Amino acid sequence: MRSDTKVRRERNPSGCAIMGILNKKGKRIDGTRIIKSIALMHDRSNGLGGGFAAYGIYPRYKDYYAFHVMFDDEKCKTRLEEYLAERFIVERDEKIPTAKVESITKAPLLWRYFVRVDDSKLDDKPEDDYVVEHVMGINSNFDGAFISSSGKNMGGFKGVGYPEDIARFYRLDGYKAYLWTAHGRFPTNTPGWWGGAHPMTLLDWSVVHNGEISSYGINKRYLEMFGYRLELLTDTEVIAYLFDLLVRRHKLPIEVATGALAPPFWKDVDRMPANRKKVYEAIRMAYGSALMNGPFAIIVGFNRGMIGLNDRIKLRPMMAAKKGDFLYISSEEAGIRIIEPEPDEVWAPKAGTPVIGLVEEDVE
Amino acid sequence: MPSTVPPEFSVNIDEKKCARCKKCTIECGFGALAYSNEFDCILADDSKCVACLRCVAMCPRRAIRIERSPLTFKHNDNFTDEIRKNIYKQAETGGILLTAMGCDKPYPIIWDHLLIDACQVTNPSIDPLREPMELRTYLGKKPDRLEFDVDENGEIRLKTELAPNVRLDVPIIFGAMSYGAVSYNVQKSLMMAAMQNGTLMNTGEGGLHRDFYKYKDHVIVQCASGRFGVHAEYLNAGAVVEIKIGQGAKPGIGGHLPGEKIDAEVAKTRMIPVGTDALSPAPHHDIYSIEDLSQLIYALKEATEYKKPVSVKVAAVHNIAAICSGIVRAGADIVTIDGFRGGTGAAPRVIRDNVGIPIELALAAVDDRLRQEGIRNQASLVVGGGIRQSADVIKAIALGADAVMIGTAALVALGCRICQKCNTGNCSWGIATQKPHLVSRLDPEVGAQRLTNLLSAWSHEIQEVLGALGINSIESLRGNRERLRGIGLDEKTLEILGIKPAGR
Repeated sequence: MRSDTKVRRERNPSGCAIMGILNKKGKRIDGTRIIKSIALMHDRSNGLGGGFAAYGIYPRYKDYYAFHVMFDDEKCKTRLEEYLAERFIVERDEKIPTAKVESITKAPLLWRYFVRVDDSKLDDKPEDDYVVEHVMGINSNFDGAFISSSGKNMGGFKGVGYPEDIARFYRLDGYKAYLWTAHGRFPTNTPGWWGGAHPMTLLDWSVVHNGEISSYGINKRYLEMFGYRLELLTDTEVIAYLFDLLVRRHKLPIEVATGALAPPFWKDVDRMPANRKKVYEAIRMAYGSALMNGPFAIIVGFNRGMIGLNDRIKLRPMMAAKKGDFLYISSEEAGIRIIEPEPDEVWAPKAGTPVIGLVEEDVE
Repeated sequence: MPSTVPPEFSVNIDEKKCARCKKCTIECGFGALAYSNEFDCILADDSKCVACLRCVAMCPRRAIRIERSPLTFKHNDNFTDEIRKNIYKQAETGGILLTAMGCDKPYPIIWDHLLIDACQVTNPSIDPLREPMELRTYLGKKPDRLEFDVDENGEIRLKTELAPNVRLDVPIIFGAMSYGAVSYNVQKSLMMAAMQNGTLMNTGEGGLHRDFYKYKDHVIVQCASGRFGVHAEYLNAGAVVEIKIGQGAKPGIGGHLPGEKIDAEVAKTRMIPVGTDALSPAPHHDIYSIEDLSQLIYALKEATEYKKPVSVKVAAVHNIAAICSGIVRAGADIVTIDGFRGGTGAAPRVIRDNVGIPIELALAAVDDRLRQEGIRNQASLVVGGGIRQSADVIKAIALGADAVMIGTAALVALGCRICQKCNTGNCSWGIATQKPHLVSRLDPEVGAQRLTNLLSAWSHEIQEVLGALGINSIESLRGNRERLRGIGLDEKTLEILGIKPAGR
């Protein structure tokens, strides 16, 4: 087995650059702008990881789960295809288009599958849970195969290299999406590996992250109680699963979920009006183990929009800006101004205060 | 039969320094010191000295020195001095050996084989002097998930009704020490300190003196097998109700408070006659199964109108994970586990020193088991029995405890020298005694201040370590075993603790 699609190592602390662009009207734009932005922040990465998430890229297959898979070799591919065929209806599969880029080496075999689930296999289980179970099962147990994204009408594209090189490798200027996120990685104590690059995804959740989660140990043990399998040992994986648990499965409003992950300090809760105080007290009591401690700036993408969130004392940089229907979130204001020189509004979101951009409901 | 057991300590008084003020003779609760008119000096009966060091601390001239008795047996690694003394004592009395305080045998102390992580470059540490550092904890059952709805003003409202929880401003509570075992002034000190620091003290199985009902928000009232002092008003005079099944120092053993300690006030509080022995049996005679336990839990919830969390306290023993799972499923809101280093007023030595398991292992096993079964949210875990310092608190929380309880450490803060003679009722420091002249030695105001200082010091230390870990709330430490490493522990122990070895 090659070592770079599936590395079992220690957890991965990292530095990193993050960038996100959302068009709230659902207007799709190509990857040129996000590539330009993340390339500007080149020095925040060290060439050991880059990646992108793009939403709205598969309109023809928007009702199918799009599995992006990294394989070590053809043999692994054949084995996984047999496995998938037994559990999913594979509507279409194809090689993920790539270009030859000199700096990108050791690329795995990259393939994508558009799949749906036969209702008879569900046994009253929600379809998404069925998919999660199998994606996690494959990523944990299947040697030589790694599902790097599994959402509908979206895809994660990532690998070892600088983000602008990864973008050229995946030919991202040819995709059109209403939501783009990007990541340049600066791992400090582990080698880069293809599966470990960002975004970390689950279903349509994708997370790009600058920072390190000090609460990883308890967040992991908490998620395991709900059946999540955390085999990648990256703290970013934890964030994606926490959003899946809190928003998809527990159906918490997004502002409540972010209030659980980066809650206000007790001194502020104690000063809140009674109703609000009751809400935040209950969140801390019930979801204390989901609290994400340590430095982080994250952009979470999902089909309905984008969430930017800093840790409670803002130990990592994050800027936001608006221009018309566009919302931008970036590690640096320069990362925004290079593609939107005159935004309507630019601000530094407060620690622990989410920036939530949602696609308007009537947009298809 | 005259005793042939040689004295353990030798009391040496420097006659040049001694002012013959006789203070030491008054201070010694054990009658080891007396003034001799004949020789105009203080004479010591070494055989009565327990090394409580009260005389040393109170001597205005610092003229007293207590040393281990220079008299030694012929060395033997197998039949140690202690083993031989115990045989002599039993040969003289024919009884079981009683002792007090926690197990003092040199079993490995796992706390001292755990190392804590720290932040370096990639993850910055947090300075607790500049940034908020949150230690607030809630004890009680938590829901697995919350439900919300939005009101007419667009404001989010909590739909889920929460079970009763009790708030702790520091994750340290005072463990059960009953009125009778300890003095009125000790309990008062503990209650005042608990109130001042936003935490709890536990009445133990001795009821609650009427004077203390005003501290109700900071008291855990205990319902033990003897049912001493248990009535409806008492149950409602606490913030938490605890069913005591076992305690770490003597798993499977009941309690025995000798009649000498049952004065009028203790008797009234316990609802028993003055001077009678207070015997609490090992089993609750209405609990012979988990269903019976469940019935008592719900009987207590009924009695307190479902307004207070109910805790069940057990001693750490081999099958503790399954036991605690049963307790949670029986309806307990808090599970309190006492490790084999837990203190006691009196226990058979053979039990104290040989029965039970270290709290570190019990805690790790229980937290794992409750998580595997998906019921960890349904109860808080409080552990004790060997918590000596703030580092132990931190490690316990990282292993999975919601809070810890301290007994011996709290008594030490009040002056206790761990002379291990609580069972005699002669405590020279006024702690484990009911003798009025001894009790009065502990000023509750001073005691409360000393306990407050201890909690304050430990809180600061916990905050410093959290900061070093890059964590600013206690929730992120709780169960975060990733931040611990074991040193000098075997592989199986590491596996039970769920931690990696140092260097990994």
